[in-house]
Amino acid sequence: MEHYLSLFISAVFVENMALMLFLGMCTFLAVSKKVDTAIGLGIAVIVVQTITVPVNNLIYNYLLKDGALAWAGMPDVDLSFLGFLCYIGVIAAMVQILEMFLDKFVPALYNALGVFLPLITVNCAILGASLFMVERSYTFPESLAYGVGAGAGWALAIVLLAAIREKMKYSDVPAGLRGLGITFMTTGLMSLGFMSFSGLTL
Amino acid sequence: MATASTKTILIKPIFMDNPIALQILGVCSALAVTTSLQVTLVMCLALTAVCAFSNLFISMIRNYMPSSIRIIIQMTIIASLVILVDQVLKAYAFEISKQLSVFVGLIITNCIVMGRAEAFAMKNPPVPSFMDGIGNGLGYSVVLIVVGTLRELFGSGTLLGITILPSVANGGWYQPNGLMLLAPSAFFIIAFFIWILRNKYDEQIEKNEFEMKPHTVEKGAH
Repeated sequence: MEHYLSLFISAVFVENMALMLFLGMCTFLAVSKKVDTAIGLGIAVIVVQTITVPVNNLIYNYLLKDGALAWAGMPDVDLSFLGFLCYIGVIAAMVQILEMFLDKFVPALYNALGVFLPLITVNCAILGASLFMVERSYTFPESLAYGVGAGAGWALAIVLLAAIREKMKYSDVPAGLRGLGITFMTTGLMSLGFMSFSGLTL
Repeated sequence: MATASTKTILIKPIFMDNPIALQILGVCSALAVTTSLQVTLVMCLALTAVCAFSNLFISMIRNYMPSSIRIIIQMTIIASLVILVDQVLKAYAFEISKQLSVFVGLIITNCIVMGRAEAFAMKNPPVPSFMDGIGNGLGYSVVLIVVGTLRELFGSGTLLGITILPSVANGGWYQPNGLMLLAPSAFFIIAFFIWILRNKYDEQIEKNEFEMKPHTVEKGAH
């Protein structure tokens, strides 16, 4: 249990998706003007991350890995080159299913998430987490802990950045730095702050 | 846009309409792969190739695509191209492909590729689309190469693995700036890059959400 908790903590703080690995930057910079929307997007990312990473883990281990198709009587088949296509397919499909499910059963949450759900398909943090999971050959429970942690870390980062930007909109920034430039600076400083977590273990 | 010459389409995204500095597209990989120049160059090449060919193919079939499933089709085309690039890299440049690790795969979700496919290739014939893909790839490359050069030169005193500034550890005089190799420096360099670019092209400056009123002294008050 401790192992999984440690994995979770390191995914949230030490290897923060947005601030240390630069994943999901596009959405991170574009949708962080208001705290409310940032929270909505953050929750959506956590949910999708928690589902897709373990599902991709199963797909990789039972369909794509070298020799994974032994149960189907084809021990020599190595389909791992199809990985990218499968993961992105799974992510797109999961997002679509989640959207339909929420629309039918939890309309309140569906309305709250609104446009963010489809946006998530092209969020590199989601695909990145799946690819890291494959590269580090996590087991199924590990991938679950990692998925939740990666999503939570990203959500934490975007909410914090949105909070800073909300405060910052009244400040007098040099003309050329307005908007995007100063956001990059802020993110850089935040990333500097998150570096203090490196080496953190349980 | 349809009447714009090939040259404009090719040149414009490099400085005037830079995908990273102005359109906020494809920032993710721009930061992560720039610790050494060699890796950066490979990444630029990979992205430009994927962007150009995905634009070309998507533009070729744009009239036969039902718009409701166009995202899936675009994704499939892009993912297939990325698989090709990945296999080529693994075959001919295994070391670099190991260093790039997941970031080759992340070209799929790189917003430059998707963004250009959606914004340009869906509305224009194949040849200009191909050029637009190359142009945007170059615009991305310019930023990456600048960042990569700065980070490698000041972070480890080398360029493409050749020593330029002999570091203290090797008996030279240069004390390497370790911060350059860490995550935050990339953000700062890009921020300065944007600052310089926007000072050159005034129209790119964003409007302030709130304008401070000039301080005025009422006559006769007090």
